[in-house]
Amino acid sequence: MQLPIHTHVLANGLRLVISPDRTAPIVAVNVWYHVGSANERPGRTGFAHLFEHMLFQGSEHVAANEHFELVQRAGGTVNGSTWIERTNYYETVPSHQLALALWLEADRMGRLLPAMTQEKLDTQRDVVKNERRWSVDNQPYGTWWERLPALAFPPEHPFHHSLIGSMEDLDAALLDDVKEFFATWYTPDNAVLTIVGDVDVADAVSLASSTFGGIPRGPGRPATPSTDIAPRVGSWIRDVVEDDVMVPRVYLAFRTPPFGTPLHAAAAITTAVLGSGKGSRLHQRLVREQQLATSAVAYTFDLARGSDLLILEVTARAGVDAATLESAVAGEVDALAREGCTASDIERAVALTTTEFVTSMQSAQARADRLSQYATYLGDPALLNSQVARLDAVDADAVTQFARAWLGTDNRVSLVFVPRAGTEAVA
Amino acid sequence: MSKRPGPGVPRPYSFPASIEHSLANGLRVAIVPMSRLPAATVLYTADAGAERDDAATAGAASLAAQALGEGTDTRSAAEVAATFERLGGELVADAGWTHAEAGTTVLSARLPATMAILAEVVQQASFPEAGLERLRKERLSDLLQQRAEPRGLADDLFASVCFGGTDRYGIPAAGSEQSVSACTGDTLRAFHRARHTPRSSLLIVSGDVIPDEVIRLAEASFGAWEDREPPVTTPRTVMMRAGRGVYVAHKPDAPQSEIRVGHASVERTHPDFMALAVMNAILGGVFNSRINLNLREERAYTYGAFSSFDWRRHGSVFEVSTAVKSDVTADAVREILREIDRMRHEPVQREELSLAIDYLTGVFPLRFETTAAIADAIAFREHFGLGRSYYDEYRTRLSRITIAEVQRVAETHLRPERLQHVIVGDARLVSEPLAALDLGDVERLA
Repeated sequence: MQLPIHTHVLANGLRLVISPDRTAPIVAVNVWYHVGSANERPGRTGFAHLFEHMLFQGSEHVAANEHFELVQRAGGTVNGSTWIERTNYYETVPSHQLALALWLEADRMGRLLPAMTQEKLDTQRDVVKNERRWSVDNQPYGTWWERLPALAFPPEHPFHHSLIGSMEDLDAALLDDVKEFFATWYTPDNAVLTIVGDVDVADAVSLASSTFGGIPRGPGRPATPSTDIAPRVGSWIRDVVEDDVMVPRVYLAFRTPPFGTPLHAAAAITTAVLGSGKGSRLHQRLVREQQLATSAVAYTFDLARGSDLLILEVTARAGVDAATLESAVAGEVDALAREGCTASDIERAVALTTTEFVTSMQSAQARADRLSQYATYLGDPALLNSQVARLDAVDADAVTQFARAWLGTDNRVSLVFVPRAGTEAVA
Repeated sequence: MSKRPGPGVPRPYSFPASIEHSLANGLRVAIVPMSRLPAATVLYTADAGAERDDAATAGAASLAAQALGEGTDTRSAAEVAATFERLGGELVADAGWTHAEAGTTVLSARLPATMAILAEVVQQASFPEAGLERLRKERLSDLLQQRAEPRGLADDLFASVCFGGTDRYGIPAAGSEQSVSACTGDTLRAFHRARHTPRSSLLIVSGDVIPDEVIRLAEASFGAWEDREPPVTTPRTVMMRAGRGVYVAHKPDAPQSEIRVGHASVERTHPDFMALAVMNAILGGVFNSRINLNLREERAYTYGAFSSFDWRRHGSVFEVSTAVKSDVTADAVREILREIDRMRHEPVQREELSLAIDYLTGVFPLRFETTAAIADAIAFREHFGLGRSYYDEYRTRLSRITIAEVQRVAETHLRPERLQHVIVGDARLVSEPLAALDLGDVERLA
């Protein structure tokens, strides 16, 4: 798979990535700002995400929620998301509406502040607090995605704190914070604009240049707390949490080499050996043979600086206690390191991972998001075209070595959810 | 650049054409060539969805479909999984309301080997007792887990309230604790033998493929499958529950209330489907709908509030769903009811109608970018009986819907006197304010 990938940098520093695909009259527009929860100030946890909400509250020439309405009327879809190291905004529209999608992104990149008001901030603060209740507080195991990074990274590390933020910090956010955050991070030289689909490259460059070219360059990325960290945890950290759940769940996590480093492909294939598909080691042993679990999956956070996290997530079958499950999960990791990865493991894991990578590129927006990711984190979107070769090159030895070097007892974080006393279910 | 750019000239789009072919044993094959990337989806589908199992053994359809992955006459379950995954595709086998399916997506060069293993799974599934027992226990464990999951719990309670606990539609597609426990190995084998037959099935192959080759592969791998007469199914009518109801499932100290408001409604093939789709988009189907703008953007009660129809063959569930803080639970219900009433009593604005129609027709091509999405679309067209030209005519039919039709279907199909209200939340905080809405007695659900 070799996708056409063209890059162009505007005078104001905005990096363009264009990948034409004329099979359908669809175009995806995708903007990555290189800022996420890791860039928040102390006392302002959750602000990057709250700010993402504010970007849908209008800009100089767009009224509140009109962004949604205009894209909807154009027959397109629109959304955004916030992650630890980045925030993205994206539209997929019929290709004759490309100019509109670009203009909407440009108006808020260049002219957001005239539309910001205290009332809008207060409303979105309440919406986000409800989002927190919905996705974290009122969801079984929902606190895992703030508890696990908090265990895996020390308190002073930028990846330690909650992405959705605490209620107190959300309450503390001020309109001045919105202005400062915008001026600091939402600048063309801190962004990547990717266009994928039914476009001509020269037309796309010319349209993007005329739409975004007038936005002034920012002051440059400020100094931020270092993401440097010991490559391994140094011990086995454990936390057991009572939650409103009926069956236990175990998260077993490891610090692993960052996204984009040579070992990240080995991390991806090791992840698949352990936890992708029903043929994976965890599924075969824990779900099918020992019948301790109903599901067992593995994934990475794809963090690009400091350290990534590789996470195993295993949910107990009713009647199985957490300690039994946790030691069985760890036992499978130990077995992979001890006995080594087999030819059959590697064939399965590489085929699944590369096929998933190629088939996900069918979607223009998924392709655009990947290109923005490679451009933002690695500086070179064309690396996308060699990703399959990097995954293919991982052999059984590499996985064995990876498991021995990175999945040992000196580099583990266990987060174990157990039913609150008195609610433990029986089989 | 203060001026909004207008649209350019649209390029035409057509839903990809399919080539259909029938084998001598009655199995039909639909092939959709798509050349974007060297990928192909192969999807076996059968008229063996939850619509076809019984209330007493509800979940049999889902378990029987999952059992296709539990081993064949010559391969263990582990070997089946590994065979698919070495080809790069995970086998996904399950049943929804309309149909059962088993399939995967692979690089198109691996299509021949993938068709072969899929054909083996479909025709020679061995239904071993140990595997069936494990699937049953996993489903029971999932159901147990669901008791602590407010969203899933609210959905299941709502369906049960709308249809009653004995109608098949009132039980989850994948079954309840009682019905799944009643599914023996023999139940599943009998269901499989009766419902998974060549003439009840459609094999769909979409992607970077050559149709003649797919037909040859299908003949070679599925041609020897023995035809069997499927059982006669009598058409059923869905009883719509009369009267309103307000139910609270108590979750002490819940940080939010999960709210469901709605009722049973008409079937997917009802002539009003298109007008209902437009009406729903305006009411609560999209981000800028009335309900979401009111509850989220105006009042900040929630992260999101939406309405939908869960379509089935003989009926549907119309529901408004949202999650709000306990102290505004009754206020949110009141606003939802106000929006339903307004939809029935006032004609929608011209701009609202055009927004809904432009959106629904515009995003149509966006829904079909992947081989898997195309295969799913063909499966639904087939098993809902929508007709070969359904997707070709979809946008034209939709764009003809008028303000008057939207109001007519709102008046006809939104039934305030039959609305059911289910709240999963802290009963101590929400019951009294709900009672004050005067919708009827507030009942506690266990």
